[in-house]
Amino acid sequence: MSRPVAVVGTDAVAEAMRQIEPDVVAAYPITPQTAIVETFATMVANGEVKTEMINVESEHSAMSACIGAASGGARVMTCTSSQGLGLMWEMLYIASGLRLPIVMPNVNRALSAPINIHCDHSDSMGARDSGWIQIFSENAQEAYENTIQAARIAEHPDVLLPAMVLLDGFIISHGTERAEFYDDEKVREFVGEYKAPYTLLDSENPITVGSFDGLYGYFFEFKRAQEQAMHNALPVVKEVGEEFGKKFGSNRGYFETYQLEDAEVAFVALGSGAGTTRAAVQQLRKEGVKAGMLKLRLFRPFPEEELVKALSHVPVVAVLDRSLTNSGGPSGPVCLETMSAFYNAESKPTILSYIYGLGGRDFNPQMVKDAAYDLVEGNIPQGTSYLGLKEEDN
Amino acid sequence: MKLKDLTHKEELLTGGHRLCAGCGASIAVRQVLLAAPDDVEIVVANPTGCLEVSTTIYPYTAWRTSYIHSAFENAASTLSGVESAYQSLYRQGKVKDDYRFVVFGGDGGTYDIGFQALSGAMERGHRMVYVCYNNEAYMNTGIQRSGATSLGAWTTTSPVGSEIPGKTQNRKDLTGIMAAHGIPYVAQASVSHWRDLANKAAKALATDGPSFINVLSPCHRGWRFPMEQTIELAKLGVQSCVWPLYEVEDGEWKLNYKAKNKKPIEEYIQHQGRFAHLMKDENKEVREKLQENVDKEWARLLKKCGEE
Repeated sequence: MSRPVAVVGTDAVAEAMRQIEPDVVAAYPITPQTAIVETFATMVANGEVKTEMINVESEHSAMSACIGAASGGARVMTCTSSQGLGLMWEMLYIASGLRLPIVMPNVNRALSAPINIHCDHSDSMGARDSGWIQIFSENAQEAYENTIQAARIAEHPDVLLPAMVLLDGFIISHGTERAEFYDDEKVREFVGEYKAPYTLLDSENPITVGSFDGLYGYFFEFKRAQEQAMHNALPVVKEVGEEFGKKFGSNRGYFETYQLEDAEVAFVALGSGAGTTRAAVQQLRKEGVKAGMLKLRLFRPFPEEELVKALSHVPVVAVLDRSLTNSGGPSGPVCLETMSAFYNAESKPTILSYIYGLGGRDFNPQMVKDAAYDLVEGNIPQGTSYLGLKEEDN
Repeated sequence: MKLKDLTHKEELLTGGHRLCAGCGASIAVRQVLLAAPDDVEIVVANPTGCLEVSTTIYPYTAWRTSYIHSAFENAASTLSGVESAYQSLYRQGKVKDDYRFVVFGGDGGTYDIGFQALSGAMERGHRMVYVCYNNEAYMNTGIQRSGATSLGAWTTTSPVGSEIPGKTQNRKDLTGIMAAHGIPYVAQASVSHWRDLANKAAKALATDGPSFINVLSPCHRGWRFPMEQTIELAKLGVQSCVWPLYEVEDGEWKLNYKAKNKKPIEEYIQHQGRFAHLMKDENKEVREKLQENVDKEWARLLKKCGEE
């Protein structure tokens, strides 16, 4: 039996953490993630979980302590946002390089400057090359489910990589929604016991973690193996999703396709923006425009082959990005990945870059509709388009 | 603690590591680990530094203990995590052995870049012994000044130029700062006084909470003296009161060594290339200032220890 609840996203994540019941949580508060650590600290204080909680003095130490704890064979979680993720940067690469399956919900928030506490994806998109699995959530329900699944994906013996679960700051983290929580027992059964392949705390087999590996060592081989683990994560994400679906009823795959079959224009979206886009597609369909959407759930590893299959028949694909790459070219990271995925494909759509919602700027269905009308009428924009930007002449 | 007993103990840092002959760091590590009871297991953590790069060259390791290095500024927080994993897994019955957790960090990774992580870990009360092997500069990257570097000392980033004669600032009193954290055990020691250090290590390892030991560990490459004089130099540091031996146990300050005849700093600095310029008349003022600093700090320490 599942429990229908009205929750904010942070509580949904905290509930998943309670059910996973990690051995160690090391975390530091930051808006808009704070409510997760607060709620979880209350669970620890009330003895609802066996977790050892470390209230560290910075996010750098949060990730460092997670690395230490995971090396000690513990199941470990933390959570952060924005500048916090920025401060962890160095340690993100070390967590993945040491192949530690740490799970971290990151509440997406813009990176300074100027300082802004609201949603965009620049924090986690900046970490896209850090060797972490990245799973995006459209709403509180998905944030809850993705957190539970992330533990299984990260800890899979073919993977052993850390995983980030992304949810949009304020829009998801602080918005109250209907969600369903699954039974503790069933979730625990799904997550299972974690047995680390190596631990510092095995007195029969002391180990050295974090060796020095110089010019004549194996650095290149380690990195190649790590990359392979990321490739291995693709089938694992699928399997874990299928198993989750059998147990709880929802299998969300790498992405969701919506009205794509006969679409003349398709939008690629992730996070809460997918909800807005879906609403716009519904209205466009009513108005006779053949619009569709692909909602990306998995960003790392990037499901290139499947994405190409799902979109290759669509003439125009508009990729909605909530962050910039500042590359001087097509500006959004999801757009760059989409273009790259299609480079060797036989049939490719026209792929366009749309940036929206930076620093929490409102994103509404009309913006998507306006873009769709332009595209079906053949007004293909040159370069990157910016939805909702205050233009100088306004 | 008897020397004879210590000679029978298994070395937890094996020979064959690649630290320099005469390195003070490896001596500090061995003296501390010799104080560990036989029936406890140990996890050692290192920040990035000489000790780390010289003892863990993949696929080899010089450590018979479990060992972790993750980055430079975070040995204390990394080991906080290991210690917390232990607390959690021990409580759940998943780990049964009795473990101790020891950081060996250089002064760069302790006084400077790792200071925040150290302070946080001590405040949180992890059961952890943090040992600073203090050689008063960043030696692994080639002798750059740190917050532990002495006034007037030459380093590659506090060079002796025509206008500036070495480091212009006094060192930070890290041992005092750690005592101010109010943790159960804090000590200052030197590799020259092995029994004192081993006793302090035994006390720290027995402390049910955080402890900190700051160990003077001369580096002949950085200090510029012959490699066979490491212990002698450390001893002169103690005898000149540049590096007093003391401990702070539950807030009680205790002096562990009081020189009968406190040696002038010249006797300590004259053997070291990093201070060679201070022996010249033109830098007499710096030399005098250094002596003045040492005298002031010594007087303050005597007062704290009730030795006036």
